[in-house]
Amino acid sequence: MVCMKYRIERRRGVAAYQQIVEQTKRALRTGTLRVGDRLPTAREVAETCAVNPNTTLKAYRELEREGVVELRQGIGTFVARAPEPFVPDAGSTLHAELYEWTERALRSGMAEDDVRELLETALARYGDAAGDVLVTEERKGGPA
Amino acid sequence: MTRTSGTSGTTVRGTAPHEARVALELRELGRRYGRHWALRNATFRLPAGRVCGLVGPNGAGKTTMLEIIAGLRRPTRGEATVFGAPAGSAEARARVSFLPQEKPLFTRFSVADTLRMGRELNPGWDQALAEDFVRAGSVALDAKVGSLSGGQRTRIALAVALGKRPDLVLLDEPLAELDPLVRRQTVGALLAEVAERGITVLMSSHLVAELDTLCDYLLLVSRGGLRLAGDVDELISVHRLLSAHGDAVVDAPDGTPAGLEAHTVVQAQRERRQVSALVRPGGPVTDPWTAAAPTLEEVVLAYLEQGDADALISPNSHVPGTGTEVAA
Repeated sequence: MVCMKYRIERRRGVAAYQQIVEQTKRALRTGTLRVGDRLPTAREVAETCAVNPNTTLKAYRELEREGVVELRQGIGTFVARAPEPFVPDAGSTLHAELYEWTERALRSGMAEDDVRELLETALARYGDAAGDVLVTEERKGGPA
Repeated sequence: MTRTSGTSGTTVRGTAPHEARVALELRELGRRYGRHWALRNATFRLPAGRVCGLVGPNGAGKTTMLEIIAGLRRPTRGEATVFGAPAGSAEARARVSFLPQEKPLFTRFSVADTLRMGRELNPGWDQALAEDFVRAGSVALDAKVGSLSGGQRTRIALAVALGKRPDLVLLDEPLAELDPLVRRQTVGALLAEVAERGITVLMSSHLVAELDTLCDYLLLVSRGGLRLAGDVDELISVHRLLSAHGDAVVDAPDGTPAGLEAHTVVQAQRERRQVSALVRPGGPVTDPWTAAAPTLEEVVLAYLEQGDADALISPNSHVPGTGTEVAA
């Protein structure tokens, strides 16, 4: 078993279970986790990282839904396949545009922190728009 | 770690939904001391297997609520049931452990004596579980309780509470006096039991900032009654934190910032050049406001500061046949 340490931060807009999903995928991308590895049980995560087991199980169900892990009843949760890469290739236009934009921002006299802040504001704005769509869809179903 | 397997425990594993069972149900529960209502009109359901934080200002009735559920106090109005049995009945008391804030332990007892007392008082006692829990905290069984640190005493008291093999654990400010490291170890040990046996936990706490890794469910009471009840992720997702430049927003005659008419405003404040508001959105967010998702702490603090905000009881906390508002 690979010793996977999860670290939950109090961050705006990122639920604790989403952080576990993200950290698992990151570990797969960096090679800390490989296909076939067993993820720690909810009990192990609770003991070592003081994370609520319901949060861990919710994250594992989400990873299972995405096909990244496989829940084998009574045995554990195993990595089934690496997640789809979301970082575009170094040569892509997204990269080039961001580099160009960053250079322009810094040349205009902005401090690095201001640039970071601007990016965060943009992320909050559009990331939140995506969140609104989710909420609206949930509401269509009405109370369970 | 090996452990004797018990028969009374319920387990939550894999993808099995555990929302179906109700651990706790309160119906219009109230308690009056003389002319003063310590707790009023509390109505909600707690699904089994959840770790629920109970927050609120001093005097809002948190301890009273826990004592009624534990069967130590009778309500003035309404009723509480634990896994379907009336609170205080023999059936309910057998399934509940209550750890009061003052952690009642005999200081002249050894740790082993304390566990033996637990064994003699509780028919379903699990000695291996209690001993494992004590040893994992590096506490010697022959140590005198009076010689232990606050963190070690909390661990012993928790060992007794868990050794009873309860299905519902009630904890009154269990972490208040612990240093951060011991707090983390204690929380880890408690959550490991939740993972192992699927027990339900209801704990009062002042540590609002730490609740979001600890709890997946939240109850917020104020002097006016129950203000929030529901799944933590849900409670966060139905709120938005709006902000705008102060010059761009005028205040309406009642003091609330203009341009928020479409939303339910929980709390709004003006600080220097910035106006911010925690809202339950009722439509699209319009200029000059920008929206962000709040943290659990921001939601809790807004409801604590604005004690008369509309209550929000999420669908899976809702008790059928009662008049509380349902989110969605």
